[in-house]
Amino acid sequence: MSETDHPPDDGATEDRSSDEFEPIQVFPEAEAMDLRPGADNCYKCSTCDTNCPVAEVDDEFPGPKFQGPEQWRLKRQDDHDVDESVMKCSNCMRCDSACPSEVPLSQMHNTARGEYIEERMSRFSREYLRNRLLANYRRLAPLAATFPRTANFVMGLSVTQWLGEKTLGITSERELPDFATETFREWWTERGGPAVESEAKQIAYFHGCYANYNTPEVAKALVRVYEHFGYEIMIPEQDCSGTPMFANGMLEDARRAAETNVAELAAALEDGADIVASCSSCSMSIRQEYPELFDFEGTAEVAANTWDALEYLRVHEDLEAELADASLEGDEYDEFAYHAPCHARNQGLDGQTVDVLEAIDGVEAEDVGDSCSGISGTYGWKAENYETSMKIGAAMFEHMEGAEAEQGLTECPTCSMQMGHGTGYEITHTLEILEAALVGDAGAA
Amino acid sequence: MGRSSTEPSTTGRCAEVAISDDVLVIGGGLAGAMAALAAAERDVRVRLVTYKQSTLRQASGLIDVLGYAPDGDGPLVDPFEALEGLPTGHPYERVGSEAVREALAFFDEVAGDAYVGDHTDANALVPTHGGTVKPTARYPTATAAGLASDNRDALLVGFETLPDFDGPLAASHLAAAGVPFDARGVTLSFPGIERDDAKVTRYAHLLERDEAVSVDDSAATVGARDALAESVDEHLEGEPRVGFPAILGDERADEVRTALGEGLGVDVFEVPMGPPSLPGMRLSDLLYDALEDAGVRVTSGVPVVDYEVDPRGSSDTPADPSAAKTSDDPARGRIDHVVVDRNGAEVPHRADQYVLATGGLVGKGVRSDREGVREPIFDCHVPHPEDRYDWFVDGVFGDQPYARFGLDVDRELRPLETDSRPTFSNLRAAGAVLGGYDFAAEKSGSGVSLATGYVAGRRASTAVIR
Repeated sequence: MSETDHPPDDGATEDRSSDEFEPIQVFPEAEAMDLRPGADNCYKCSTCDTNCPVAEVDDEFPGPKFQGPEQWRLKRQDDHDVDESVMKCSNCMRCDSACPSEVPLSQMHNTARGEYIEERMSRFSREYLRNRLLANYRRLAPLAATFPRTANFVMGLSVTQWLGEKTLGITSERELPDFATETFREWWTERGGPAVESEAKQIAYFHGCYANYNTPEVAKALVRVYEHFGYEIMIPEQDCSGTPMFANGMLEDARRAAETNVAELAAALEDGADIVASCSSCSMSIRQEYPELFDFEGTAEVAANTWDALEYLRVHEDLEAELADASLEGDEYDEFAYHAPCHARNQGLDGQTVDVLEAIDGVEAEDVGDSCSGISGTYGWKAENYETSMKIGAAMFEHMEGAEAEQGLTECPTCSMQMGHGTGYEITHTLEILEAALVGDAGAA
Repeated sequence: MGRSSTEPSTTGRCAEVAISDDVLVIGGGLAGAMAALAAAERDVRVRLVTYKQSTLRQASGLIDVLGYAPDGDGPLVDPFEALEGLPTGHPYERVGSEAVREALAFFDEVAGDAYVGDHTDANALVPTHGGTVKPTARYPTATAAGLASDNRDALLVGFETLPDFDGPLAASHLAAAGVPFDARGVTLSFPGIERDDAKVTRYAHLLERDEAVSVDDSAATVGARDALAESVDEHLEGEPRVGFPAILGDERADEVRTALGEGLGVDVFEVPMGPPSLPGMRLSDLLYDALEDAGVRVTSGVPVVDYEVDPRGSSDTPADPSAAKTSDDPARGRIDHVVVDRNGAEVPHRADQYVLATGGLVGKGVRSDREGVREPIFDCHVPHPEDRYDWFVDGVFGDQPYARFGLDVDRELRPLETDSRPTFSNLRAAGAVLGGYDFAAEKSGSGVSLATGYVAGRRASTAVIR
C-alpha cells in the first residue's frame, strides 16, 4: 500500500545530534504493507476478544487480539508461521468497530489469512478446492443462471447435498439458494436500460453477485426507488466485490476482481455518477477492504464515493419527508424483525434502517439486537463451521422469535439465509419496502 | 481526492438535508449515554454518534462518586460531604453537589434492579479481584452479597485458566486489609473450558446457555451450571457466601447467579475484574437498551472528524441577549454541523446543540504526542505545560499532572479558551474529556461521567431552539 507510513526507523546512520525523534529499529525489514503502527496501537484491553462471536462459542479460537497484533509480532521471527486458527475467523469484522485504539484488526486478519493460504494450505487439498469454489461463487453462478431450473433442481436433491458434504465439506444442513429464472442484468437489458435520464443526478449501481443471480427483485427495487427520485442509473461491468475471497484468504482472486471493479467504477465516477450498493458486504469491501489491501489507481476515490443505497438517499434526498407522505396499506408490511448485518454495523449503518422506516406510516421494524447472525458469508456453509455458525446465531434466532413480527428484514444476503434457516421466516430487503412505499404496485409492472 | 462527497453532483440539496437532530452527543461511553438519556427526557430529537466501543467496556461496572479526596485523604465514608471542599475547576465543583445527587437518582431510575446502593449516602466497600477494597456509591446487584462490610465468612473461587483472579491470594489480601470476616480461597478448573486462553465471554456463554459439558473425562455430560456448582460444593466449609470472578453469564446473569446459589445453598456474588470486564459490558448494554427505549438514535462505528461554524454567527444564543463582546461571547461562534467520516464519505450531521463526550487520554478524546496535548475534533484548548517533562512525575503512583489533562469548562460545561471565553455557544463537554480531576486516584470516574453527562444533556435539551 503506497500511502501507508513506512517507519522512519531504518536510518541507523542518521545524525544523532539533531532533536528529531528517531524510534529504535526493532524489526529488520519494512514491508510493502506496514502493519506495525496498528500493532503498536494495541494496548491489550481485549475489547476485540469480547466482541468476537466465534471466541464466545469456541474456545479453540484464540480470538482477534491473537490473530491480529500478537500474531503479527510472532511472525517477525523466522521460526513462526501463521497459525492455522486464522481459518476459524469468520471475517465478520466486529473487532474493527470494537477496538478503542484504532488497530486495523480485519486488515491484519486478511493479510494473515492470505499468507496462510499462500504458504501453508496445499493447492490440492479438499479444503483449498472447496474454499476456492465458495469464494468464486461468481464464476459458477453464470452457468447455473443459464439453466436455473435444472440447477435449482439438481442442487435441491438430497443426493447432491450429501455429495457436497462428503466430497467438498459443504454442509448438507442448508438448502442452497435458488437461482432466478431471469438475472437482474438480463432484465435490465430487456428493459432497455435506464427509464430516467438526468445530467445532474446519476448513480452507478454495484449490484453484486447475489442480487444479480439470486434476488433480482432487490436490484429492481433499487432501480425503481432511485428512478422515483429522478436518478439516471448506470449498471457498470462488475466482478465479485471480493468479500468471499477475503474471507477465504484468496487474496489473488480478490485482487483480480477488485482491479476490474475499481477500473469500472472509477470510470463511472469520471462520468459524474456516485456509486451505490445494495449489499452491505459489497459496500464494506469497496469502502474499507480495497483501500486497506490494494492500491490500484483510483482505489481511494472509488472507496470514498461508494455508498450504501439507503444511506445515499438519506443524505442526498429528503427521504424522511418523502416517506412521511407514503403509507403502506395491508398487513404485509406491518411488522419486521430487523437484523443489522455486521458489515453494515462497521459502516456506521446499524441504526439506519429502523430510523428510516420509522417515517413510513404502517411499517414497524424492531431491531433484534447486536448479535452476529453467525453465517458470515461462506463461513457457515462449511461443514466444519456449521455448528459454530448456528451457536452464534442462537441469540439472533431467539430475539427474532421474541419480536412481534413473523418475518425478517436485513440488507445482507447471507444474513438473510441464516435468518430464514434459523426461524423459517420470509426475509425481505429494506429496498423492497421502500419500493412498495414510494412506487407501489406500479413499479412491479 | 477528485470529488468531495459533501458537495455532491446533485442539485445542491444535500447540504440542506444533512442528517439533522436537536441534540447530537459525540461519544458512547457512560458520559455520552447519560447526556443522551438526560436530553431525551425533554421532547427533543437526540442522536448519539460513537466511533469505537467505549472504555466503559473495560471498566469495573462500579459507580463510584468519590473514594478519596484530591489530597489523598480517604477512603471517604461520605463522598457527598467531601464534594463541597473540592478545588475550583474540578468537574464536581463546576456542576455542584446537587447535580451529582440528581444524576445519581437519574441513574438509579435507568438501572432499576441491576444496581444497588441508593439506600445510603455512605460509600460501600467492594472487594476487587486483587483483594483490595474499593469505596463506591453504587454497585451491580451481582456484587451485593460480597461487600467487605458484611461480616459473613466468604469462599473465593478462582480458576486455573483465569489468572486475573487468584482466590487464595485475594482472600489473604482481604485478611490483611482487616475485613470483619474470614475469607478463604480455592483454585479450581472450570468445567467445559479446554484452553488456557479462553475469553471471558466463553466462560459467560457456557453458563448463560447452560451448555452441556463433560466432567472427569466421562462420556456423560451435565449442564455447565450444575457442573460448576458441584465442583465448588466439595470445597465449601460452611461459608454462607461464595464469590466468583465476574464471568457468571451476560444477558442472563441473574439467572446464572440464582442457579448457582440454589445449587450450593449459599449467596453467590461476583468480584469485579479488570479489563475486559463483563460488568462493564452489561452496564454498557443496559444503557444502550435505555437509549433505544428513550428513542435516541444511535450511530456507531464512524468517527466525527470535523465541524463547520454557522456563518451567521451566534446571535441566537439564548444565554446572553446583550450579545456584545462580553466575556461570555463565544470565541468561535456557533457550530452549524459536524462531519462524520463514513469510510471516506463525509456526511454532515446537524444539530442545534452538541455534547462532546469522547473520553480522555485512554479513550482518545484527548490526544498527545511529543509536541503537545489536544482535543482532536474541535481543537478545544487543553491546558498543559509546554515542556513535556513537566507532564509527569517520577513514581508510577505519584501525583501525575497528565492524569488531570482535559478541557476547562464554565458552569454550563462549555469548553473554555485560554482567555476564559466559551469556545462555542452550543457545545458542552462531559466525562473524561474534562480536566481538573484524577479519576484513578480519586475513584471518581463514573460519578464525574454521570454528573457531567447528566448536566450537559439537560442543558443541551433546554437550550434547543424550537
